[in-house]
Amino acid sequence: MAGFTGPEDTSRLKKQFDHSKKQYEQEKYQKIAQKHVPKASIFRNSLNAFLMGGLICAVAQALFNLISSAGFTVKEANTIVAVIMIFLGAFLTGIGIYDSIAKVGGAGAMVPITGFANSIVAPAMEFKKEGYIFGIGARMFSTAGPVLVYGIVTSIIVGLIAFTIM
Amino acid sequence: MKLKEVNKVSLLWAFLIGGAICLAGQLIMDLTPYEISTGHVLVGYVTLGALASALGLYQPLVDIGGAGATIPLSGFGHGLVQGVLSSIKNQGIMGVFMGGIAANAAGIAAAVIFGYIMAVLFNPKG
Amino acid sequence: MFEIKKVGKQTIKFANPPVILETSSIVGPKEGEGPLKDTFDYIADDMYFGEKSWERAERKFLEEAVKIVLNKRKQTSQDIDFLLAGDLLNQIISSNFAASTLGIPFFGLYGACSTMYEAIILASVLIDGGFAQKVIAATSSHYATSERQFRYPTEQAVQRPLTAQWTVTGAGAMLLGTPDQGEGPVVTFATVGRAVDAGAKDPMDMGSAMAPAAVDTIIAHLEDTGRRVEDYDLVITGDLGSVGRSIAIELANINGYDLSKNFNDCGILIFNPSQDTHAGGSGCACSAVVTCGYIMKALREKKYKRILGIGTGALMSVTSIQRQETIPAIGHAVAIENV
Repeated sequence: MAGFTGPEDTSRLKKQFDHSKKQYEQEKYQKIAQKHVPKASIFRNSLNAFLMGGLICAVAQALFNLISSAGFTVKEANTIVAVIMIFLGAFLTGIGIYDSIAKVGGAGAMVPITGFANSIVAPAMEFKKEGYIFGIGARMFSTAGPVLVYGIVTSIIVGLIAFTIM
Repeated sequence: MKLKEVNKVSLLWAFLIGGAICLAGQLIMDLTPYEISTGHVLVGYVTLGALASALGLYQPLVDIGGAGATIPLSGFGHGLVQGVLSSIKNQGIMGVFMGGIAANAAGIAAAVIFGYIMAVLFNPKG
Repeated sequence: MFEIKKVGKQTIKFANPPVILETSSIVGPKEGEGPLKDTFDYIADDMYFGEKSWERAERKFLEEAVKIVLNKRKQTSQDIDFLLAGDLLNQIISSNFAASTLGIPFFGLYGACSTMYEAIILASVLIDGGFAQKVIAATSSHYATSERQFRYPTEQAVQRPLTAQWTVTGAGAMLLGTPDQGEGPVVTFATVGRAVDAGAKDPMDMGSAMAPAAVDTIIAHLEDTGRRVEDYDLVITGDLGSVGRSIAIELANINGYDLSKNFNDCGILIFNPSQDTHAGGSGCACSAVVTCGYIMKALREKKYKRILGIGTGALMSVTSIQRQETIPAIGHAVAIENV
């Protein structure tokens, strides 16, 4: 059916042409737009993240030293410190301070376990109006869920490999 | 008095190692396109921490930095993997499934209970 | 038989230009600390506005804005033929609830942050077409409801990039009527925007996504009407912010139009740089409260003779953003003049 392939082909070609023309225009525009986008100071952000992250970890270390000097083992002390830090992160989020800490500290406030606690409390609090089950219960894990999933999956894969090798 | 000296030095190391780990996170946020969000960074940290731990690279960091290495989320990945590896020795294949969460049960439970309590008690300020 | 009121490709020329009889604007506390604080009718003390959720607060903002405009003109909702309203929340729920309380025959509109200008155009069409005597155009937005729906929970630990804009909390309402009903600035032309997809994807950089649509509409308006940029005392976009404004100036320049002199943006005007909003304000209420407050005040005081307002909207959804689709945008232009 040669008669039918002709027009079909041209329309396909035209479609392709229009598509790449649009893509070209979009890319051309993105180059213009990029020039106007202000860039954050990477140096200042990094310094703030270093100081904030360092400070949070130093507080945790001070707690650790205090607790281990009270006669707990390293493992016990680590667990207690983690629990206290999670409490602090959750509490500071509840009273509305942690987002301001993160505004300055950036990753320095997100990466420590206090930031993990924040990622649980913030959505849970926000979606409380949707109820205690599907609001708080479900939304608590919007960020914490993926963290648990990938942490557990990775550790089990590592464990399976280690088990086979042993 | 010797203990006090040790404690002071440990604070410094926790500060330096913890700060460096967070600094790396900030660089990831700032230097990658906008698609890389906080969630990606947190998931990346726990996964990388787990992998580094499996290769024996994370424990030295914990030995030097203490809380500086355990408190960042990569420390959680490390805790999961070490939990799995140590319980394989006693429990075999069941340890693969139980060890990770068992070793971090307190942290996970704390996150759930404190998260819940705070969400019930407080409202967002905006 | 029919007199066609369309000129050029995209522009409507009103035969009997509808009069802006009254306007009202109501904002939240942060906007109330900004440079335009004296131009608003009411400033709420807190973002909850006495309600138990932010969504309910936004609804109340919209309701109150309409009530203020009715009171100012000593009208009741029975006197109004149509209410044209929209907002940013899913299925324009704030407007739906406000409309159900007000009881005015209601058209729900969605043009993202351009909704106020979309509503002004359609209200003018209804009036000039002889379908209505009095129409209210109104929109609302709320910082916390938008953040929660489009971005992160408000207490989440995130660093907003410098391109991010701050959704304005508040609502604006405009009562338009037939020319026989009173004095006031009139709507002479309306240029309906085309949805422009410039390939922008970053939901934290709305200025880049919307600037091409704004410029597209401005150029269409000038070509359709034969007017020049200088014919306007002020060309003002809705919420391009500082990033979008500077892109728009360059894009216009590439196309041979000079926007560098009399061109500003509601999102830039509404906040002080010290208020740390980064690129400026945004949201349906941004263009609404600045147009209904500051711009109308200046027009009534004859500070401006003729302005061109362009409501700008980023036409995205939460799902399209999550799937990393591009963000189409639109700009609707309205010429308001003292005659």
